[in-house]
Order: sequence, then structure tokens, then C-alpha cells
Amino acid sequence: MPVSRGVVTTPFEAAIDAVRALEAEPPLPPPETPWQRLRREFLASRLAVLGLVLLLLAVGAAVFAPWISPQDPYDIGNLDIFDSKLPPGSTSADGSITYWLGTDGQARDLLSAIFYGLRTSLVVSSVSVAAALAIGCLVGLAAAYFGGWIDALLMRIVDIQLSFPAILVALILLAVLGKGVDKVIIALIIVQWAYFARAARGAALVERAKEYVEAAQCMSLGWRRVLLRHMLPNCMPPLIVIATIDLAHAIALESTLSFLGVGVPVTEPSLGMLIANGYEFMLSGHYWISFFPGIALALAIVGINLVGDHLRDILNPHNAH
Amino acid sequence: MLTYILRRLLQALLVMLVMSGLVFLGLYVVGDPVSMMASPEATELDREAIRQSFGLDKPLWQQYAIFMQHAVQLDFGKSFLTGQSAMGLILERMPATLELACVAMLLAVLLGVPLGMWAGLKPRALSTRGIMTGSVLGFSLPNFWVGLMLIMVFAVGLGWVPASGRGDTVLFGPLDLSVLTLDGWRSLVLPAATIATAKAALIIRVTRAATRESLPMDYIKFARAKGLAWGRILRVHLLKNILIPIVTISGLEFGQVVAFAVVTETVFAWPGMGKLLLDSIITLDRPVVVAYLILIVFFLVMLNLVVDILYSILDPRVRLQGGKA
Repeated sequence: MPVSRGVVTTPFEAAIDAVRALEAEPPLPPPETPWQRLRREFLASRLAVLGLVLLLLAVGAAVFAPWISPQDPYDIGNLDIFDSKLPPGSTSADGSITYWLGTDGQARDLLSAIFYGLRTSLVVSSVSVAAALAIGCLVGLAAAYFGGWIDALLMRIVDIQLSFPAILVALILLAVLGKGVDKVIIALIIVQWAYFARAARGAALVERAKEYVEAAQCMSLGWRRVLLRHMLPNCMPPLIVIATIDLAHAIALESTLSFLGVGVPVTEPSLGMLIANGYEFMLSGHYWISFFPGIALALAIVGINLVGDHLRDILNPHNAH
Repeated sequence: MLTYILRRLLQALLVMLVMSGLVFLGLYVVGDPVSMMASPEATELDREAIRQSFGLDKPLWQQYAIFMQHAVQLDFGKSFLTGQSAMGLILERMPATLELACVAMLLAVLLGVPLGMWAGLKPRALSTRGIMTGSVLGFSLPNFWVGLMLIMVFAVGLGWVPASGRGDTVLFGPLDLSVLTLDGWRSLVLPAATIATAKAALIIRVTRAATRESLPMDYIKFARAKGLAWGRILRVHLLKNILIPIVTISGLEFGQVVAFAVVTETVFAWPGMGKLLLDSIITLDRPVVVAYLILIVFFLVMLNLVVDILYSILDPRVRLQGGKA
């Protein structure tokens, strides 16, 4: 009696059938990449999206300031002294532009001044944070990697630096360095690098104990390569979060220094400078000169804080879903 | 414990030494203080006389050596501007700053702890979201701008309080205080509220986090099981346990407030030592700047020490170690 095929199947044939059945099914969606997960979780929070929108608006206003401002606030020749201290919504003496946010003591259109001021504030803070992040990363990684007296020395310097209030250090530094955008950036870098160094060391100590570092060392790769190509990328996520939040600190610090009169020069007013300029007119009731630059500053800082806060929640491994 | 304290003090001494040297050098490079001191009509001879009277004709290292010799005897030189003792000038202004900082910190704690506990107890309530949004604003808004806006509303707009100054003060022992007079309080309330908004925001967050961490703990459950009133559990059991992070943060922030007084005092023209520092920096009054920094380093180190010791008293599990601190 012939054995009919298809009734009895060998285990091998069964396995083949199972594979075919699997192949016939619609393919599973590809696993979510980390970036997709980040985007999905980020968009899930309305506050974070609001923060991002605020941040993008501030950056947009800063980048496109020359094109969207009604007036070039740096062009002194263009200013009409009769237009000084006009309240919001008034038109200029010659009727050419409307000052939606009013004018300041030098007859500058406040809206334009705010756009340009955002520019100075954002450039100073982002450049200084980026540089401080780079320096801090290198110091922190080196301290964690080499350990011993190098670690002890570097971290003692960091401790001493951090035991000082940032505002005092920056104030003294600027007293010594003098005025200027570049000087403010240098002072902010010196004030901020230590935070990053401490955070980078913490992250690097965790990474250093992992097997891939040992593997890299076993392959007798040079320490530069192990540090920069292997450990650094793995230490970055928490540092980027700190950098985001620190950006808000940097903006606030810069505006405070400019307010005290030791920050950026008068020719390149930042938001803090605009607020300081309005201070003298406030007691006579010209509130808008200080008020609107402050609102712009506050919105930018709140936006950055909201984004940074939520990024921290997402990237925190304790909260991973 | 003793080794620990000694170690910290030694570290402070080192910082003071390094910093005074750096500031000495820095301010020397920046400019000639004589140009600030002498009147515009002064002849070169007059200038030379001023230079000699302050020892500025000597090379820098000698100036520093002389400064050090006097500094170990707690004499930090005379102000270039007024000729008074630099440390004396600062100490004269210190009560105003400390008074402001104490009132502000007290306000922040009294406001921050209850609100933070409320937010921790009712994480989903609408009021909690309001509190947390407020706290984000509190530490996001630049503090000097908050001060300006408070002046605008309450001093210029409503005219309830003066915009600047200290008001009437009363001598209380060696201290000149505003807290003791009604007029002083009216002047004090705006600057103190300005500082308190930022600090309360921080304390709210710390208190909320600590409350949420402590609520599911066994000792709370046990206290409830014993049948204690909920209010008593909160006020006695919970509060005692969340006090540690609050004390730490408040202590460290107190140092920040004193250092940040530079800004608040400038906004409100409060005659404290922060305003003095800013004026001295602008006029290149080196002895005052150096003396201020030495004082503030000492102050911050002592504050850290006190917080650490308080910490070990509040939490018997914490032991201060002499070796690694």
C-alpha cells in the first residue's frame, strides 16, 4: 500500500512548512529606532511641544532678525529722537512704521531691538555651552579613564570651582577681562565647564566598567581611540540633557551680567542690556522698555526648560517603558 | 569629625590663598587705581604721592607679600577710594545683606514646604499642576526682571511700598536692622519676595520629590495602621523625614542668595555688601574686592560645614568621615 504523500510529514518538512507560513504573513513593522522612540515620547507631552515651539520661535527670530525686523536698531542715523519712549502701538513721527511694542530711550523700535537682542543672547549662550560641554567632556572622561592622581587633581579643581557661585566668578572674571561679547563667552565657559566635567566623569565611570571598553583595551587600541570613539558616544545622552538645561542658565546668567553693566557692550545689546536700559525709565512709568524684553527672555528660558525637563524624563533609564 | 572639620578649613584656606593671588594679579593688569583716586587736576607729583601712600609704587610681588603679611593678622588693607579699612567697610554693610537673605530664605521655606507637600500628596490635582507650573516659572524667570516687575506693580503702579533703599533701621546691639520697624518692613518686602520666588520654586520641587518618595514607606503605613490622625502623620512623621533634603538645599541656597545679593541689591538699591562689591569692581578698589572674596569664601565654607553637621544630626545614619570628604 503506497504511502500517500502529504499525510505523513517528516519533522524536516514540518519545519519548512512553518517557515513558509511565517513568510506568507505580512512582515512585522521594523523595530522602533531610538530616534523614533524619542520623537514619539517627546510629542506625547503637550508641555514639551509648547516648549519646543517657543524655542523654535526664539531661534527663528534670532536667525532671521535682519529680515523680519521693522527697523535696524544698530543704525543710529536712522533713529529719530522724537520717537523716543513712545508707548506700544504708536506710529513714528514720519508715519513710516508702527512701533508695536513701543520704543526705548534712544528711539529704537523695541520689537526690532528684541529680535537682535535674542540674537546676541542666544549666540553667547549656545557658543559658551557648546565649548563648556566639549571641555567638560574631555576633562571628565580623562579623569574617569586614568583615575589615580589625575582624577584626584582634576576633580579637586572642579570641586573648588563649583563651590563658588557662578555669578560671582563671572563678575570677577569680567571685571578683569573687560567688556565684549567674546569676553562674556569666555567667562561663561569658565563658569560652566566644571558642571559638565563632573557629570561626564560620573557617566564615564559607569561606562568604563563595561565590557566593550575592556574589549577595546584588549585589542590594544590607543587610549585616545578608546576614549573618544568608544566611551564618549555612550556618555553623551545625559550630557546633552544637562547641556539643554544649562542653556537656559547661560541665557539668564548672560542677561544678569549685562544688566549689571559688565556684560556685552552697548553696541550689541542683549536682552539683559535692554532690560537694564529700561530700568531708569521705569520709575517714570515707561514700563514697556523693560517689560517686553523681559517677556522675550522669559519665554525663551521657559521654552528651553520645558524641552530639557522632558528630554531628561525620556532619557532617564529609570523611566524607560 | 574633628579631622573632617580641619580638613575643610584647610581647603578653604587654600582656596582663599589661590583666589586672592589671582584677583590681585587680575585687577593689577586691568588698570591703574590711581587714575580713579586722583582728581583730574592732580599733578604727576600728587599721583606719585598717592601711589606711595598705598604702596602701589612697589612691584606687584612685593605688594602681594605685604598684603599677605597683613592678611594673616586679619588686616586686609584700606580701601583705595575712602581710605577706610576694607574689611570694616564690608562688615558695616553685611547686616543689611544677611537680613535680606534671612528674611527671603524664611519666606521661601514657609511658602515652599507646604506647597511642595501639597503637590506631593495630591500629584494629580489641578492645584498641583498650578503649583508646579508656578515653580517652573519661578526658577525660569530671570530674578532681576522679577524684581523690576514687582517694583513696577507695587512701587510705581500701586505705590504701596518704596522702590529702593532700606527704610528706617533700628540698632539692635551692634546690628542695624530694618526688620524691627514698619518702614523697614515696607522696604524689605519687595527684595525679599523677589529672592523668595526663585528659592521657593526650588524648595517646592525638592519637597514634592521627597514627599512622593516617603509616602509609600512602611513607617507611614504603620502610623496609619496605628490609627494616628493623618494630620499628625504629615506634620510629625513625614515632615521629619523629608527635612533632610530641605535643610541641605536651604542651607546651600542661602549661600547662593548672599552671593546673588549683588543683583538684587542693585535692582533695589539696597545698601548691602553686594552693591559694595559691584561698586568696588567698577572703581578698581582692589582691597575691598579681595577682602570681599576672602570673606565670602570663608562664609560659604562655614555654611557647607554647618549644613554637613546638621545633616549628621538630623539623620543618624550619616557619619562624617575624616578621610574622604
